[in-house]
Amino acid sequence: MSALFAADVNVAQNVGFYIIAAVMLYGAVRIVSTRNVVHAALWLVLVLGGVAAQYVLAAAEFVAVSQVMVYIGAVMVLFLFGIMLTRATIGSEDGLNNRGWGLGIPVALLLAGTMIWVIVDEYGSSVIESPDGPMPTTALSDVFLREGLVPFLALSFVLLAAAIGAIVLARKD
Amino acid sequence: MLHVAVEIPYWGQSLLRVLGGIAAVLLPAGTIVYLFLFKMMSFMQSRLGPMEAGPFGSMQLFAEVGKWLQKEDIIPENADERIYKMAPIIVLVSTFLLVVVVPFGPDAWFTNFSAGVFYALAIGSVSVIGILVAGWSSANKYSLLGGLRAAGQLIAYELPMVLAVVGVVIQAGSMNLQDIVVAQNTGSIFGWDGIGFPFVITQFLGFLIFMIAVQAELTQVPFDMPIAESELVSGYMTEYSGFRFLIFFIGEFATAGVFAFIASVLFLGGWGVPFAWFGWDSLDQVDNWMNIGGPLIMLTKMMVLTGIIMWVRFSYPRFREDQLQRFAWKVLIPLSLANIAVTAIVKVAI
Repeated sequence: MSALFAADVNVAQNVGFYIIAAVMLYGAVRIVSTRNVVHAALWLVLVLGGVAAQYVLAAAEFVAVSQVMVYIGAVMVLFLFGIMLTRATIGSEDGLNNRGWGLGIPVALLLAGTMIWVIVDEYGSSVIESPDGPMPTTALSDVFLREGLVPFLALSFVLLAAAIGAIVLARKD
Repeated sequence: MLHVAVEIPYWGQSLLRVLGGIAAVLLPAGTIVYLFLFKMMSFMQSRLGPMEAGPFGSMQLFAEVGKWLQKEDIIPENADERIYKMAPIIVLVSTFLLVVVVPFGPDAWFTNFSAGVFYALAIGSVSVIGILVAGWSSANKYSLLGGLRAAGQLIAYELPMVLAVVGVVIQAGSMNLQDIVVAQNTGSIFGWDGIGFPFVITQFLGFLIFMIAVQAELTQVPFDMPIAESELVSGYMTEYSGFRFLIFFIGEFATAGVFAFIASVLFLGGWGVPFAWFGWDSLDQVDNWMNIGGPLIMLTKMMVLTGIIMWVRFSYPRFREDQLQRFAWKVLIPLSLANIAVTAIVKVAI
């Protein structure tokens, strides 16, 4: 814990981190506790926007913008689009909860515990150097088109296969 | 090198940027509405348009805003009140966030974002959420249908827009809008640097696709399926009245202005004049008066581009929903992919 109060820690950045994190946690709880599907989707927008804000705090501009583009601009729009095409009731609904929702709590706790343990065990005592500025996009592309080329191509291939698979599944004729 | 500017403290710069941002959103919106929506449309229809308020009706805008502000703020009984109130604000805020990356001069920028182009395209897609929830929360079938049509259309036209910009990014070798401006104004056409090298020359196809996609993103005729008044009353805006409608209205024309700013930065050389005219070699050597001249140049280019957008709007009938989708997926996207391939090959070859 002492690392958190070290002298070379950027205080403003940390304060910002905890404020955004608190907002994200509140949003995350509201996603599962709200009684309206569209409201849940909008709370999810807030949480995903919070992730983008955290990336900006960590000086990862490009990742932050990608987060906005992919999750808010595409995934959430499709979510809302799908919800509104199928069930667009206004006001609170019953029966949104799965019968086994209680099982989720220990799973979530276990997952969070494992992640915290792994991160603290590995990086607990090290302070990450604060970056001089945002990472230039060209540096990022150099990394994933050199060292990361094979995984990058593999991922592209998987995505392409998924897209074609979705078309094949959805086509009726 | 001429230095006439005074040193501005940090708080002063921040204040200037905020005021500049508000001006950069509201000023184009007002000018577009008066010059094009009131006057140009009237002249094209052989009438005078508003003539009573002020000389040539130039104060009509204030009369309209005053009218909307004093109207009752009606919220339908079954509407989801909080979200209904939030939706127009999401749309307007996304416009303000969009103008943040546009450079207006060597130092007259709001934020010099290294992934500026990407940011603009990402934020441009946020307004869809506002439109969708506006349609949903109104508790009205016409509104919901309008919202769904808007979402389908904006998703379809966002892709060609993103892909059309990639050609420019490849040519400039940067996603920073300031770098793109510099690349266009320091360039030369076969050694002749009289007009710099605006990317519209080599990326004309990209420019065309971008402007068509902008037309669709703004839901201007012929892409106004989401607010088609003869079918859906007024689409997702049906239930809105008073100042909430005003916010949607300002958002629509302000976004038109901001997209025109972005198009002029990407394709028409942005705020710059060809640097060779004044013997500048790089961004650092640009004289300070460009911080005043730049915004004026941008404003001129914005007026020309929005003029074209409005001209198309007043001239063409509406597309049918299936024609609109087919046009995006079967014509614009393949064309823009081909544009990227050709640009990349030429870039590597030269």
